Amino acid sequence: MQTTSIRDTVLSVFKKVAADQQRQLAPLSDELKLVDCGLDSLSFAIVVASLEDALNVDPFNAAEWVEFPVTLGDFIGLYEAGGA
Amino acid sequence: MISLWDAAARSGPAVIGELRGRRARIALGELAQGSTLGASLPALRGQSVMIATHDQLLTAIALVELDGVAQRVVLCTPDLSEKQLSEVALAASADAIVVESTAAPLAPDVPARCIMTATPLPVAVERRAGVATEWVLLTSGTSGTPKLVSHTLQTLAGTLPRRTASGSRTVWSTFYDIRRYGGLQIYLRAVMSGAPLVLASPGESTQEFLARAAAAGVTHISGTPSHWRRALMSGDAAKLRPQYVRLSGEVADQALLDALRAAFPGARVAHAFASTEAGVAFEVNDGLAGFPAELLGASGGAADLKVAGGTLHIRSAGNAARYLGEAGNTLAGSDGYVNTGDMVELVDGRYFFRGRLDGVINVGGLKVYPEEIESVLNADPRVRMSRVSARRNPMTGSVVVADVVLIEALDPADPATAQGVRSDLLNACRHALQAHKVPAVLHCVPRLDLTPAGKLGRPCA
Repeated sequence: MQTTSIRDTVLSVFKKVAADQQRQLAPLSDELKLVDCGLDSLSFAIVVASLEDALNVDPFNAAEWVEFPVTLGDFIGLYEAGGA
Repeated sequence: MISLWDAAARSGPAVIGELRGRRARIALGELAQGSTLGASLPALRGQSVMIATHDQLLTAIALVELDGVAQRVVLCTPDLSEKQLSEVALAASADAIVVESTAAPLAPDVPARCIMTATPLPVAVERRAGVATEWVLLTSGTSGTPKLVSHTLQTLAGTLPRRTASGSRTVWSTFYDIRRYGGLQIYLRAVMSGAPLVLASPGESTQEFLARAAAAGVTHISGTPSHWRRALMSGDAAKLRPQYVRLSGEVADQALLDALRAAFPGARVAHAFASTEAGVAFEVNDGLAGFPAELLGASGGAADLKVAGGTLHIRSAGNAARYLGEAGNTLAGSDGYVNTGDMVELVDGRYFFRGRLDGVINVGGLKVYPEEIESVLNADPRVRMSRVSARRNPMTGSVVVADVVLIEALDPADPATAQGVRSDLLNACRHALQAHKVPAVLHCVPRLDLTPAGKLGRPCA
């Protein structure tokens, strides 16, 4: 159940930030490349900061992390792994 | 006196540089018999000229045309508001502004306006260096007013290698805008060595730019850590086959350095420290974050470094001379060192950056002064006090976060109250501030700690 709620939280944060930043969000799917989703770097930065507050997890801050997420599925997976 | 044109032409007719944007490219050799400023060029001799084009490609060309000709060139960044343009015009005593179309906003404080053409018009030009042109770069100031930092071609490029490595064909590119210090360094390297330079164009996506850079065979490429993270996240970074990958403008962390080494196994990955005021201090080539303590006090480098009062100081031929428009405001101390304001800490023989002494937050290479944002938040009558600080962020290095104390009549623990105030405050910030200055996260808190001196405690980033 927790996995589902992390996914929902990530998706709702994407939608909220897109609305706040007045950006057109592409239809969200796991295969969607992050660069094609409609958010710029600053919007992504806000997504990560918001998720840090919402989930109390910053998967990007792990010392061993080197793989940058390319798709939305990769991105959600990072949070699911970090919050599990 | 050697102008930028002289340096470019000296690199030899076969390799005289080429500037490439998305839709246009210009071989600098074309400027021998023509000018993108047409008949305006002679009138700009000895003048103070603002270069305010939307597309950096045109600024790149204008700089070759105007160095040695204009008394002063001001490199305006494309994000300046009309008010900021006016402030810059005043501080620089601008005689003329160079723009790319008649649709560009009028600058009422500047007497003359020159419209550039995308390709050089055939006019008789005499590319004779008559003056040592002052190059003015803009950097953020405390209250949103740009600061004008005074350089010359000598301070900007004096320590750069003039020629490309023997035998190999170098193609430069930069994610950085050439109107900012880090990008300008790459621009000067390319032009002065006669190598082609691939520049990002307005509205071009990271993927489009990477594809174009890859197709052009880029061998040397530079950007901020934020640029590189964006490139890695695009999934298209592997299209590049660089020999040299450079990071500057923000702190490079170990995770990013490792990721770049994995993505570009054939490349030298280097991170450099430079600032608009202090110039380039050093380049780190060992693949590790931070910089070795041996760089301090070492002789023979491009710059002398020392740590005093917990911050890094730099003395070099690349130091800027002064701030323009601020009488008596010299940059260097009596010993010739410029204080960068960047706090460093020594850990196991290496120095690591620990944020700014003045609390300035670096968001994707752009400076943010907390006080400017706090003044917007504090203008709301429901706010008793606020504190803006940095939070580490993988996308932009840092983001701005705000803690706000509400007046006693309001309960910050009440979700509806907090949500309403938060929404209003963020809207006020979006209205008054550039996007990177708007807090990414804003919390209503019961209190803020003060220092023993009664000031707001400012945790470092």
